[in-house]
Amino acid sequence: MKIKGKKRTIIRAVIGLSSFFLIWEMIVRLGIIPRNRMSPFTEVIATFIRKITDPTPDGATIIEHFLTSFSVAFSGFVVAALIGVPLGMMMGYNRYAKAYANTIFEILRPIPPIAWIPIIMLLLGIGTSAKIFIIFVAAVVPAVINSYTGIKRVPEVYINVGKSLGMSHFKIFTKICIPHALPAVFTGLRLSLNTAWVALVAAELLASTKGLGYMIQIGRVLAKPEIIITGMIVIGCSGAVMSGLLGLFEKRFAKWSRK
Amino acid sequence: MSEKAKVSAVGLTKKFDDLLVLDNISFDIAKGEFVCIVGPTGCGKTTFLNILSKIWPATSGELLIDGEKADPKKHNIAFAFQESSAFPWLTVEQNIRFGMEQKNLPKEIINERTEQMLELLELKEARNYFPRQISASMESRVVIGRSFALHPDLLLMDEPYAQLDIEFRYHLEDAVLKLSKMTGSTVIFVTHNIEEAVYLAERCIVLTNKPTTVKTIEKIDLPYPRDICSKEFTDIRDRITDYIKWW
Ligand SMILES: Nc1ncnc2c1ncn2[C@@H]1O[C@H](COP(=O)(O)OP(=O)(O)OP(=O)(O)O)[C@@H](O)[C@H]1O
Ligand SMILES: [Mg+2]
Repeated sequence: MKIKGKKRTIIRAVIGLSSFFLIWEMIVRLGIIPRNRMSPFTEVIATFIRKITDPTPDGATIIEHFLTSFSVAFSGFVVAALIGVPLGMMMGYNRYAKAYANTIFEILRPIPPIAWIPIIMLLLGIGTSAKIFIIFVAAVVPAVINSYTGIKRVPEVYINVGKSLGMSHFKIFTKICIPHALPAVFTGLRLSLNTAWVALVAAELLASTKGLGYMIQIGRVLAKPEIIITGMIVIGCSGAVMSGLLGLFEKRFAKWSRK
Repeated sequence: MSEKAKVSAVGLTKKFDDLLVLDNISFDIAKGEFVCIVGPTGCGKTTFLNILSKIWPATSGELLIDGEKADPKKHNIAFAFQESSAFPWLTVEQNIRFGMEQKNLPKEIINERTEQMLELLELKEARNYFPRQISASMESRVVIGRSFALHPDLLLMDEPYAQLDIEFRYHLEDAVLKLSKMTGSTVIFVTHNIEEAVYLAERCIVLTNKPTTVKTIEKIDLPYPRDICSKEFTDIRDRITDYIKWW
């Protein structure tokens, strides 16, 4: 029964996807949208396969673009997680930490990551460190917020269990608050990762010499829609894969909250 | 009262801002004694236990254990809370081990007592389940196991059986009596259920409405296991019921 239901879902997904690709192919092949504005699906696939080894016309293979983008996004994400998660947790547990950090955080938080780009470019130029910084700024926000609320939501009775056992504040924090907050922290990290990836592409569109965002930009300049769409698909798929990998971590460390 | 008092409350008073909840409460409890506290809803029973366990500071007054100021870091206190307090991220077994691990008991003792609790509370089959996978009744038992496994000097229980089905309740009342004798723990047991109090307690402290003072302390001098149908039993039960009904 269960397998049957799963099979049916897969079949439906396949039918849905293939009709989407078919319609796409038809629209371009029949000239409803001109070829210089949109490429047919099959050509995008061909471009993707070609670009695995071929650096033309944008100067790098798709693998190089991906690795450039990935290493920048991942560095920014890791820095954001390493700073954001402890910061958020401290703000959730200690009202002094909250008093010091919260006001600044509340002011910085509503500024969209993209709005940071000009000032960061002035300060750090358009190099890798500038991009990592942009990604950090974008990704740190969900990491802080979710870690903060994760700690805040620890029911008082759990903390009281710790107190009645004579546990120190530090032990209560590490043995009770952190385990309880982990699912929320992972939700935050997942959002951080998404935001990091989005911010990366935004940063690369503006200023870069390599990376998936750069590849898309060149595709526009050269009026090669198949390059643009290939880039978009790689961005979409790698985002999904990273999310999935993080999901595996989550399953390992916060399985108790899973249905 | 006696010099050997295990636990003495001396003039305990608690105010929440202007709301006087506990008004100058004093009493002594002997070592190994089983005391029940009954009182009207909202009279401050939970507040009282929270002060005994030092979760909240008292507005004035002192709690002494063995003649010293109570300190959860030094004294072995366990608290079975009114709300469900089994940690959702730990399995049944890990929950029972938790308190003992925090007290740094030797591994062999932790293993031995964990098995004993799982057995006694009929949780063996559920040992690897998480709290969300078990019934409320089982979850209460996990918390009771976590508390008793500590062999605490002072065990505070705040209506621990409110979640339990009636049959298991009887079973656990006997188990608690047995455990308290076995571990020599001094138990303060809060309940709404007067019959339960008379079944369990050597002494029963009856509290008044807010501002709360001790209305009376009933000594219940019946042998265990008690016969809930006997005349002596129902007499005491009715007398305590009258004390509470009076308000
Ligand atoms: N943190 C708090 N701040 C202010 N008032 C409180 C607080 N906790 C309890 N109270 C008040 O103190 C009184 C006693 O509450 P408490 O929970 O101790 O009663 P209780 O006897 O345990 O009640 P129940 O029978 O419902 O368990 C109540 O009137 C409650 O409103
Ligand atoms: Mg209460």
